[in-house]
Amino acid sequence: MLEGKAMSKTRLEFRDVTKRFANKSQHSTEPFVTAVQHVDFAIKEGEVVSIIGPSGCGKSTLLNMGSGLDAPSEGQVFIDGQPVTGPSEHVAFMLQKDLLLPWRSIRENVELGLEIRGIAAEQRREKALDLLKKCHLGGFENHYPHQLSGGMRQRAAMARTLAVDPTVLLMDEPFSALDAQTKMVLQQDLARTLKEANKTALFITHDLVEAVALSDRVLVMSQRPGTIIQEFVIDLANRDDPMARRGDPGIAHYVPELMKLLHIGESGAKV
Amino acid sequence: MAELAPTVAPTPTMAKRMQNMFNRKEVLISTAVFIVFLIFWQWGPTWFGIPNYIIPPASDVYHEFIRMLGSDKLMYHTLYTAKGVLIGFFLGALLGMIIGYILGMSPTAEFVLSPYILALQIAPKVAFAPLFVMWFGFTSTPKILVAVLIVFFPIMVNVLGAIRTIDRDLINLVNSFKASRLQLFWKVEFRAAMPSLFSGLRIASTLAVIGIVVGEMVGGNEGLGYLLVWGSGSANTSMVFVSIIMLTLIGLVAYLAVIWAENKVLHYIPKRSSTGPQV
Repeated sequence: MLEGKAMSKTRLEFRDVTKRFANKSQHSTEPFVTAVQHVDFAIKEGEVVSIIGPSGCGKSTLLNMGSGLDAPSEGQVFIDGQPVTGPSEHVAFMLQKDLLLPWRSIRENVELGLEIRGIAAEQRREKALDLLKKCHLGGFENHYPHQLSGGMRQRAAMARTLAVDPTVLLMDEPFSALDAQTKMVLQQDLARTLKEANKTALFITHDLVEAVALSDRVLVMSQRPGTIIQEFVIDLANRDDPMARRGDPGIAHYVPELMKLLHIGESGAKV
Repeated sequence: MAELAPTVAPTPTMAKRMQNMFNRKEVLISTAVFIVFLIFWQWGPTWFGIPNYIIPPASDVYHEFIRMLGSDKLMYHTLYTAKGVLIGFFLGALLGMIIGYILGMSPTAEFVLSPYILALQIAPKVAFAPLFVMWFGFTSTPKILVAVLIVFFPIMVNVLGAIRTIDRDLINLVNSFKASRLQLFWKVEFRAAMPSLFSGLRIASTLAVIGIVVGEMVGGNEGLGYLLVWGSGSANTSMVFVSIIMLTLIGLVAYLAVIWAENKVLHYIPKRSSTGPQV
């Protein structure tokens, strides 16, 4: 089911990464806050790995380090075996916020990364239009972000992320601001795209079912200081079809386990 | 796929028709109000026993306007003031933008310069007018300088504030594409500050008139400020009224020009009905 994994190479690797921030809180005398510590994992080519954990466990810190926007305090992050020292052209990220520039049309927004890289206008345009079509936004290229719904805006953000042709995608709860139905549609599209293009992805989410439905593996993080406490290999078919996975009885094996690890429901709050 | 149905604004023809419907009613009401206002201005002073040299009736002001057009070169002085407003506004806005962007991009520069900027901002700018006249004589320079000084602050403060509040994640996104500092500026910071810049420009467009008129009142023999002081000195209340009306018109034109430009530049922002006249 995890076909071809054995021979593929490691794309993204966190090697014993710890990140501390200067403590800005006035209620504490500690000079540092440790966001994550001793995080150690590797993602192979074409693999989709989700990280779940309680809020404030440093998931987003991991993403910033992966994209080279933030340096680890200890340990190192590697992309294709090269230590990350700054933003890399092989990595692109996508957040919960679509971050579309309101003064640019959808097409111009998708072109942003290519434009910064100095790609010729004609090529940019072609690529953007092609991606918009693939992301089901054909015909909306000249619209402005405020004219689109949340789901469509997030599709545009996805097109912008894919436009720079990254080998590694880092996604921080990209669908968490969307309504349940839109979310499922977009998950479906994302899963298919990742599979077709054989992209490597690190997916941060707090939605357990989403994590199981989209991933080859799920890593569970502890509370702050965050560290990986458990790894689940999702041994289900249809990684490119989260809808089918949602209906797979096998999913029932993972979700309660994850709930237990995250202490969901223990404080009386039923999920 | 429910989200494929876009929330697009109503079609232009529909929007226009709706606007026309509003307009007809609104224009009718505002015309009526204007007529009432004129009637009140013409006969109100007499009703309340106010002498003409305190509040001259509308017809007196109109006759004075015609007289000034002929014998006081009113148009010349109006254009002189308008030119000053234009230059002062333009230079002040440019300076405010440049300094605002620089300080916005460099917190160090802001920290170092902020005491001076604060002092200059608190100082009443019109008080500089006599000083500038001492420096530059009865030329147009001191008038423009006062306008530049007044115009500068709202624009600088607005641009600086806008750059400071740009979403950190947006800057991260652009940086993740390995953008240069200049690319970050032109593609994000410059454009992101536009809405605030235009609110600053709106305020500044009316302030520019104040700067120029104060400069003209302090010294020189040109401009509406000069006519205003002349009229006041010769107890010609109508002349003062005409000057004030002309100054107001200059300010209005400047303000509308800014709104027009704003609608062109910020076309991507959904229209609010309170943005003033829609072009």
